Amino acid sequence: MDKTPLIDARGVTRELPGTVPVTLVRDITLTIPRGQFVAITGPSGSGKSSLLYLLGLLDVPTQGEILLEGTNTTTLDKDRQAQTRLARLGFVFQFHFLLHEFSVLGNVMIPMRQLGGRPNGEIEKRARELLAALDMEEYADRLPEQLSGGQRQRVALARALANDPALILADEPTGNLDSKNAQQVFDIFKRLVEEKGQTVVAVTHELDLAAQAHRRIKLVDGRIAEDSG
Amino acid sequence: MRLTLDIALTHLLHRKRQSVVSVLGISMGVGFFIAMAALMQGFQRYFVDKTIDVSPHVIMKDEFRVPPRQPVELVYPGGAVRLLNVQPIEERRGIKNAMALAEAIAARPGVAVAPTLVGQVFLRFGSKDVSTTLYGIDPHRERRVTQIERDLIRGRLDSLLTTANGIILGEGLAAKLGVGQGDTVSATSSAGVVLKMKVAGIFRSGITTKDNFESFTLLKKAQVLHDRPNVVNEIRLRLADINQAAPLAIALEARYRYRSESWEETNKNILGIFVIQNGIMYSTVSAILIVAAFGIFNIITTVIHEKERDIAILKSMGFGEGAIRNVFVLEGVVVGIVGTLIGWLLGFGLTELLGAIRFHVEGFVTMERFALHYTFTHYLLAGTFALPSAVFAAWLPARKAAAVNPVDIIRGAA
Repeated sequence: MDKTPLIDARGVTRELPGTVPVTLVRDITLTIPRGQFVAITGPSGSGKSSLLYLLGLLDVPTQGEILLEGTNTTTLDKDRQAQTRLARLGFVFQFHFLLHEFSVLGNVMIPMRQLGGRPNGEIEKRARELLAALDMEEYADRLPEQLSGGQRQRVALARALANDPALILADEPTGNLDSKNAQQVFDIFKRLVEEKGQTVVAVTHELDLAAQAHRRIKLVDGRIAEDSG
Repeated sequence: MRLTLDIALTHLLHRKRQSVVSVLGISMGVGFFIAMAALMQGFQRYFVDKTIDVSPHVIMKDEFRVPPRQPVELVYPGGAVRLLNVQPIEERRGIKNAMALAEAIAARPGVAVAPTLVGQVFLRFGSKDVSTTLYGIDPHRERRVTQIERDLIRGRLDSLLTTANGIILGEGLAAKLGVGQGDTVSATSSAGVVLKMKVAGIFRSGITTKDNFESFTLLKKAQVLHDRPNVVNEIRLRLADINQAAPLAIALEARYRYRSESWEETNKNILGIFVIQNGIMYSTVSAILIVAAFGIFNIITTVIHEKERDIAILKSMGFGEGAIRNVFVLEGVVVGIVGTLIGWLLGFGLTELLGAIRFHVEGFVTMERFALHYTFTHYLLAGTFALPSAVFAAWLPARKAAAVNPVDIIRGAA
């Protein structure tokens, strides 16, 4: 088995420039192995989402470096970063961000179609399997507006899983869900980690959900205050 | 690419009304361009064809472009010599040794010549006096240089040979005088000679100035009327290759010094107007297309503003800046292509409509309907204008879309 950690963040700092510079995260050093379910907690403004965006290559640190599967992502150009996000990462946000004009099936197919390399029939088959795994197959032809909040989030999760990512990054994925739907989402995360060996990093401030993760990292003022390790 | 197209199409279909307006903007630009180009170029070609058809291709006149230099100037070139009150010898006007010169020119391949005496005369019929440019011609040579014979609507060209003092009048000229074939008019030249001339024929060339002001008689009769026996003041040429008119005119003038004008030089004022006309047409159509491009710019800017969240999530999924830009540029391409295709149909329809209109106008030329020039080049040209305009109009906001920072949008939406 590959012993290289999935994520290896070394002294990562993200500072927003301006007349009064704002530091979002400060000197974060963090290693996340494959197959781990990590919950990032902390008070509002502690830098949880900022760290997630840095790990997900949506943002670039002003200092330090982040290695994903041994590759230094901070030196990659924008296109290579985008390609890495497409092939190796999956995002779930608090808001589902589904494309309104596309059906549920169409939304799940988008990342696979963009990645390419597979015939359309195979992509559709894979999308239907993902939806079936999340109990959403019967809604495949519906538009997102015809779904409940929990259903939309499950479709967003299916979309995040479309290209079989090594790392799933979730930013307050249960923030808009009731407790039942929130638990369902976390159950899916646990299943992905246990059954498929994928890695999940989820930002949440719901401590009871965070308690279900293998590892809990608490951020305060942009620094790691606690790491259950 | 298929996915990019799908996303682009969903954006456009989601905003049907604005998309239709943008498409129609392009269509109208393209359609009007095609119709206007067919109309303008049709008229221009009709005029040029008529001119080339009816008139000689080169005219050698008994005048010099540059006055001859005085002997003293030739002896002391560049010297401090100034001649004042030069009294030129009054020479008899006309091309010297015209017939021999005409034969020499006619010996060139693809060249037909017609020695002519041209002058102004007054025609009188009853109480009506009308000025005309009378061409003294040889019918056998004339029919090889102009299309006068074909344009005759009454009589024959050879009637000049069989009718005593015969004259052929332009249709407008005959109408002004109120004469018909067989009538006798009185012709008075500036030399004071008066001849009774019988109308042997009437022609209609379609060029108003010719039909209203020109007339033809035998060369000998014109020489008598102008009291200029054996004088020829113009040698008119027709060429097998029209493109040789300008170089031949230059060559003849260089060799014989007599002013030689190609048909382009003779009609340069009108050809100059055509250049201005084309400029106006292209400016107008460009203005239409610029307005249409603003429409596209507007719709794509609006779509980008509305779809910021979608752009952010697509970028988070792994769409690169190029892929995002392509979505919106493709929207411009789709609007441009659909607009151009509809514009082609509109242009064709408008051209057909113009072709169906009947009227009677006497301008440079007499026309009963619009002379239209149908060519695929106009369609191609319109598309070549429209498509890049649409793409450019889309590309500007698309750059902005590509630069969207997904983190800013995702944070804002949370």
